[in-house]
Amino acid sequence: MKKTFKGIYLAIIILFLYMPIVTLMVLSFNEGKTMNAWVGFSLKWYKEMFENRIIMEALTNTLTIAFWAATVATIVGVTACIGLNAMKEKHRSVFMGLNNIPLLNADIVTGISLMLSFLLFGISLNYGTVLFAHITFCIPYVILSVMPKFRQLENHTYEAALDLGASPAYAFFKVVLPDIMPGIISGFLLSFTMSVDDFVITHFTRGVGINTISTLIYSQVRVGIRPTLYALSTIIFVAVLIVLIIVNVISNKKEETRHEKN
Amino acid sequence: MSKKIFSGPFLLFIICGTIVPLGVITFYGITDRSGAFTLENITAITTGEHMEALLLALGLALISTVICLVIAFPLGLILKDSKLGKKGFMVFIFILPMWMNFLLRTMAWQVLLERNGIINQVLGLIGLPDLNIINTPTAVVLGMVYDYLPFMILPIYNALIKIDKNVIEAAYDLGAGYRQVLQKIIIPLSVPGIVSGVTMVFVPSLTTFAVSNMLGGGKVNLIGNIIEQEFTASSNWNLGAGLSLVMMIFIVISMAFIEKFDRNGEGNII
Amino acid sequence: MALIELLDISKSFEGETVLDEFNLKIKENEFITLLGPSGCGKTTTLRILGGFETPDTGKVLFQGQDITNLAPNKRQINTVFQKYALFPNMNIADNIAFGLKISGKSKEYIKDKVKYALKLVNLNGYEKRSVDSLSGGQQQRIAIARAIVNEPRVLLLDEPLGALDLKLRQEMQYELIRLKNELGITFLYVTHDQEEALTMSDKVVVMNQGYIQQMGTPEEIYNEPENAFVAAFIGDSNIIDGIMMEDRMVKICGQVFPCIDEGFGKKKPVDVVIRPEDIIIGKPGSGILDGVVTSNVFIGVHYEMCIEAGGFEWLAQNTVSYPVGTAVSIDVAPENIQIMNKPQSEDEEALALDE
Repeated sequence: MKKTFKGIYLAIIILFLYMPIVTLMVLSFNEGKTMNAWVGFSLKWYKEMFENRIIMEALTNTLTIAFWAATVATIVGVTACIGLNAMKEKHRSVFMGLNNIPLLNADIVTGISLMLSFLLFGISLNYGTVLFAHITFCIPYVILSVMPKFRQLENHTYEAALDLGASPAYAFFKVVLPDIMPGIISGFLLSFTMSVDDFVITHFTRGVGINTISTLIYSQVRVGIRPTLYALSTIIFVAVLIVLIIVNVISNKKEETRHEKN
Repeated sequence: MSKKIFSGPFLLFIICGTIVPLGVITFYGITDRSGAFTLENITAITTGEHMEALLLALGLALISTVICLVIAFPLGLILKDSKLGKKGFMVFIFILPMWMNFLLRTMAWQVLLERNGIINQVLGLIGLPDLNIINTPTAVVLGMVYDYLPFMILPIYNALIKIDKNVIEAAYDLGAGYRQVLQKIIIPLSVPGIVSGVTMVFVPSLTTFAVSNMLGGGKVNLIGNIIEQEFTASSNWNLGAGLSLVMMIFIVISMAFIEKFDRNGEGNII
Repeated sequence: MALIELLDISKSFEGETVLDEFNLKIKENEFITLLGPSGCGKTTTLRILGGFETPDTGKVLFQGQDITNLAPNKRQINTVFQKYALFPNMNIADNIAFGLKISGKSKEYIKDKVKYALKLVNLNGYEKRSVDSLSGGQQQRIAIARAIVNEPRVLLLDEPLGALDLKLRQEMQYELIRLKNELGITFLYVTHDQEEALTMSDKVVVMNQGYIQQMGTPEEIYNEPENAFVAAFIGDSNIIDGIMMEDRMVKICGQVFPCIDEGFGKKKPVDVVIRPEDIIIGKPGSGILDGVVTSNVFIGVHYEMCIEAGGFEWLAQNTVSYPVGTAVSIDVAPENIQIMNKPQSEDEEALALDE
């Protein structure tokens, strides 16, 4: 009785979460243009999508911005952690507090304030301003992922490496870096997805000619959704699913080997 | 000196990307077009249209947050105790939609809810009356719940699984029944997760303009829509910045809330 | 009548048998310890008694009543958990009062009882402190206080001293004995530490791989181990292959030692257990076996030495030091030689091989 109730509860929420996504996926294969009737199976919306210059450009922008934003944010975030760890507790907590502002602030405020700053200082909105904005909001995620790994790190291993004659740089790359790697990877992935997912900040910091997937959808939805967008969402969903499964499988394997060692 | 220098680039980004912009938005918020000091942009919140939008946004955000909490807490409990296959997999299923672009997810609801959309077709087939909630606050709440529910599930689940199993067993051992264990042990100990979940749903719901625009069809005006329009349609940046400052007050309040309950930084989204 | 009876309890997790037709009787007002290596089933036994696990087969009787499927909160049994399991969201007084509030006791009663319990564990005036502000040892005392205020008939203790340092552990051992005597209730204690078991218990149950290996007073367990597992697990000992020549005669390392055991038959292979402190070291030729000291370590009070004699490395303890290389002879008093049957079945073999 109790168990069936739990099962039904889970099923309803899963239905709620996936019904819209599955609907889009099904419609993306519908030959007809409207969703009112199933005309027949077709890949024509996928073809149209790949031939649509605007969509492809937006997709490229989204991915390159996400890649560079995540890369720069990861480098800045990791070096920040090295510096922060060398600081006194008091100073560090001030910086960590500042680090939390973009995380907790509303995207709309972050977006508007960045836009106003760019314009005030005479920087015209373009690809670069979007990238800068994305790096800014990605850094906190990297720091939040990497910092705990740094805190767990045995300070002694770094010191032991120095004691054994390693240079600080060698000791960092050979001893410290491998230990904090999981944090760096999850920080990078988190940044990447946050960047891909962002709409609001991009909306305010992009120039007229620049579109990402998010801003493109937003402008298209106003004029009427075309089935090419269903195809696009299907592809994005499948891509996300594959990446997440790979990441999970890899981390599960690592967990297992760690357990076996114990 | 030494290693501290490594935080230099980070500092640069904090200054250029966070502190200066916050200064700039404040500057715009408290000046008029000619650059003279004024509080009009702030007090503008009291005018009928703005106040209405703020109250509506607060109301809808509150309703969405409560719905998310009511859905997510039992779900977290079920997942915590679940012996269904791999626990990680079940959690994965509930978090997965979070990784998909939220505009696409919102768009999906638009497709489902339209007057002759999928839901109404299905309802028509089984002879039920149409569901006409598109372009109403109800649709906006539905969209908010759908978009932000995973943000509530994850921190609550994380807080719940952190509770020491022995502590719960100890409570049973001392004579408590399930209800008492829930009231006195599980709920108090999951407060950090609940608080970060609430903040993570409330803040974006309060400030959104995309969800209300897409599912409200321009008929549901939230404070986020008003602000966004000041920057796109009306081009009154000073007013938009001033209203943003007012909205920030509400965000600061919720940050203080987090600070109070969540000292250990628990319930991160990661 | 026994207060608690475990009847033919079997329990397995994911196909691994943890308890196999386990039987145990616990008398009123007894300090009984389940002793064994990790994975021997002792904690599972405790959890079955506490109601946190249901056995696959078998019954748990409490004063003759079947409580096998009774929920933990309905049992007159309280547990002190290994890692304290204090409620982090409550102060000390609220922690201790938890069970009393659940059972609806009056405010006055609760207040008095909390005060009394704190006094009992020597933490007077700690009512308003938070859990975090207490040391491990203090938290352990609170966990005990929280359990005993409910006046359980039986207190289950799951390795409660495991997380404490040596000195604190010894202190707490005496505290527990005192508490047990003051409260006059049954203590069921689980540990893998033989010293704890021997110090505190009225009765020790040595367990391995889901079976009881031996049950008895600490003296019986130490002096007369019934099999090689118990002998190896309790204290240091020399376990040697021997042949029972006839009654009161055992052949070890080619020499015949007089002993006091009878009834093993003639020319029967046996296991012989000799405690290191029972080995008498003398001049060469004065004992039964001659040998050479191969190592010597001072371990406080006495020296621990290895003596190579008759093809076996003997562990011996003596207050007199014999430097490495000294030629010596060894002898053992007949009553200090413990003869045990060799394991027969494969099952028993497995038991003996563990450790």
